[in-house]
Amino acid sequence: MLAQLTRDERLNALIILFVVAACGVAMMIAGQGDPLGLHGGVVLAAAVLGIFGVVAGYYAPEPSEARFSQYYDDPSKIGIILAMGWAVFGMFIGDWVAWLLVYPDLTFDAGWSSFGRIRPVHTTAVIFGFGGNALIATSFHVLQRTSGARLPDQLLPWFVLFGYNLFCLLAVTGYMMGITQSKEYAEPEWYADLWLVVVWVAYFILYLRTLVRRREPHIYVANWYYMAFILVVAILHIVNGLTLPISLGSAKSYSAFSGVQDAMTQWWYGHNAVAFFLTAGFLGMMYYYLPKRAGRPIFSYRMSIISFWGIVFFYMWAGSHHLHYTALPHWVQTLGMTFSVMLLVPSWASAGNALLTLNGAWHKVRDDATLRFMMVAAVFYGLSTFEGSFMAIRSVNSLSHYTDWTVGHVHAGALGWVALITFGSIYAVVPWLWKRERMYSAGLVEVHFWLAVAGTVIYVFAMWNSGIIQGLMWRTYNESGTLAYSFIDSLVAMRPYYAARAIGGLLFLIGAVVGCYNIWMTVRGVPRAAAEVPAASADPDDPIRQPAE
Amino acid sequence: MAVEERDKHSGYMTTGHVWNGIKELNTPVPRPVWLFLIGTALFSFVYWLLMPAWPVGVTYTKGLLGIDQRTTVAENLKAAALARSEWTQRIESGSFKEIQADPHLMTAVRQTGHRLFVDNCAVCHGTDAKGGKGYPNLTTTSWLWGGEPEQIAETIRVGINSAHPDTRVSQMPAVGRDQMMPGKDIPKVVRYVLGLSDPAAAKDMPAGEREAARTLFEANCAACHGEDAKGKIEMGAPDLTDRFWIYGGDQQSVLATIWDGRQGHMPTWEARLSPVERKILTLYLVDLRAKTP
Repeated sequence: MLAQLTRDERLNALIILFVVAACGVAMMIAGQGDPLGLHGGVVLAAAVLGIFGVVAGYYAPEPSEARFSQYYDDPSKIGIILAMGWAVFGMFIGDWVAWLLVYPDLTFDAGWSSFGRIRPVHTTAVIFGFGGNALIATSFHVLQRTSGARLPDQLLPWFVLFGYNLFCLLAVTGYMMGITQSKEYAEPEWYADLWLVVVWVAYFILYLRTLVRRREPHIYVANWYYMAFILVVAILHIVNGLTLPISLGSAKSYSAFSGVQDAMTQWWYGHNAVAFFLTAGFLGMMYYYLPKRAGRPIFSYRMSIISFWGIVFFYMWAGSHHLHYTALPHWVQTLGMTFSVMLLVPSWASAGNALLTLNGAWHKVRDDATLRFMMVAAVFYGLSTFEGSFMAIRSVNSLSHYTDWTVGHVHAGALGWVALITFGSIYAVVPWLWKRERMYSAGLVEVHFWLAVAGTVIYVFAMWNSGIIQGLMWRTYNESGTLAYSFIDSLVAMRPYYAARAIGGLLFLIGAVVGCYNIWMTVRGVPRAAAEVPAASADPDDPIRQPAE
Repeated sequence: MAVEERDKHSGYMTTGHVWNGIKELNTPVPRPVWLFLIGTALFSFVYWLLMPAWPVGVTYTKGLLGIDQRTTVAENLKAAALARSEWTQRIESGSFKEIQADPHLMTAVRQTGHRLFVDNCAVCHGTDAKGGKGYPNLTTTSWLWGGEPEQIAETIRVGINSAHPDTRVSQMPAVGRDQMMPGKDIPKVVRYVLGLSDPAAAKDMPAGEREAARTLFEANCAACHGEDAKGKIEMGAPDLTDRFWIYGGDQQSVLATIWDGRQGHMPTWEARLSPVERKILTLYLVDLRAKTP
């Protein structure tokens, strides 16, 4: 890794690492007796580890000029391995949380393992750890190929990747210590937030610097989506993260907004995190790997355009549907609901564009589990966006709000769409990145596919059932005109569905472990008996025609 | 530059752009997409006209229907209260005896009381009201502060050792820890107390020892629990001769109680539940006790 950095870049890496180490020391000193101090130790340890790595390879020979005729893929490789690591960790915690709801004693009497702490560990590990690393890794890969340009330098991509993972690490360790902003999907405290801003701006700059040197005059659709993802997430993160720490020596901060304004800011952030992190970024992934794997042109360039602008424009308004029937003024709820309804059209146009792209390649979908991952992901994208628009209608929301239906909806999107498109893309890109003819075992991809689909379906059906039963129990009146069921009655009724959900999650987790094994064996280049594997997927890159400067 | 070509499978032209082998067709946007886009937009426009929708300076468009969630919910609550008032008023004004004699009212008490009890009381007393260690069983005849409906209602209203100014107050002192009695005497009292409710335990104790322990009990415990050890409701001191124990009736638990003392806590519900709700809960508990064998 270090051998690919120029001498100047190694020096810059050292400078950055020393600055990070100094920040860690400052946090340790200022935050004595506070969790902030512990996090200072984590930051310092990460920086020292990096310093050792750089110093050890500092005097290695400089990379040759020949590198400019190749894309720079090592950050993508490490990114994918990190993504799979976070996937297994995050899904394991997720399934633990799921069993915790069936057997409440599974915290083992520890504070760090209580529901309120490990639930955000799960969401952060899968969304930001797994999803985020997969987005960064694939975006570097797609960006270079669709621009015909190498990443502008060898240091910035590593800064983005490792900096981002440091943020994830601070986030999940913080939750276990009880550090949280109490904002869903924005739980990390102010110092971690500030660090993410630095990393994210670097990411955007890196993207622009590469894109500016592209060969094709038009920017490919995947890059529109990746750019929207990077830019809008930066805006969302900064605005929702506006807080005032109670002191520079404390991890605790208070939001700049209060009351219903704070709630609205949070859900403007929260829903657009779904839109621009979990949708736009992964649409970027889909728009590259799906046509590539299918060997078909995109069904309609025009539909790409209206979908993209439709999604970008409508999503921005939809956040208030998370606050139906609350202190939020009625008119804001109206806007959130109507824009959510209109949002269905560009969402379905995207899903349709993906599925229609497969026309002429459906035999491949039948035979190739990798492509089938992407196809089913597009179907789940369509299903969950329909469900989302439906649930955003106020009268529907009055039944679904606060119930497991919401949890089921999120997982229809997160498992069915986000995770499946990611696994499909990873199975496509791993042989290309490591210059293998194909994945180690197509059979194991097939196994993973069915485990993932079965797990998702079980999960989603369990949550639909429990959510609707909950919603109905909470609004059922007896003939005296008072509520028929207590809250605990509804909890007791949920138990079988919670068990079913945990089993579905377990299947999904096992699938991810199978995927890790398959990827690892591919990376190691272990050959398989020739009889087993049909579809070859030779690296389809055309070489860089003009060297990147 | 861009060279369009015809895709053999679909028959559409490409846009002529190529990105690492990926091409795009220039297929027109299918008509249903436009129709749905127009349809959902029309729905939104109509909805905006009818409902509160767009901010205008410091106010907002109110909508032709004049609907607002605050007035809607206020009206719904009022209507529901009105529908319930048929029986809630009779519960509010009636005496416990009158209500208990009215099967129609008792149906409402059982339905509503169960939900009220489980949502508010079950966390300590259990969904079946049978309590647990430290939390009294409410289905028995043994009541610390009296089992008459009026007494139960008062306990619910003010709580025990709570923040309410009229709270019921009670404390079992730490007889052992605070050395209110010589340590060597405490095991004797424990044995004596166990014998009060368990004839077998009483028989095990030699008569002389038992007499000595009775003297100790009368000197130290009877002020609250009574000479007959049947407890005193005005002190909130439990009857020690029955088979019900709040903190456990084995030797170790009784020793712990006498050594370290006890001071239970029950919150006041006056500010959290309405008088009718507290009355329903009271009747629910009396009814539950009557139904428990």
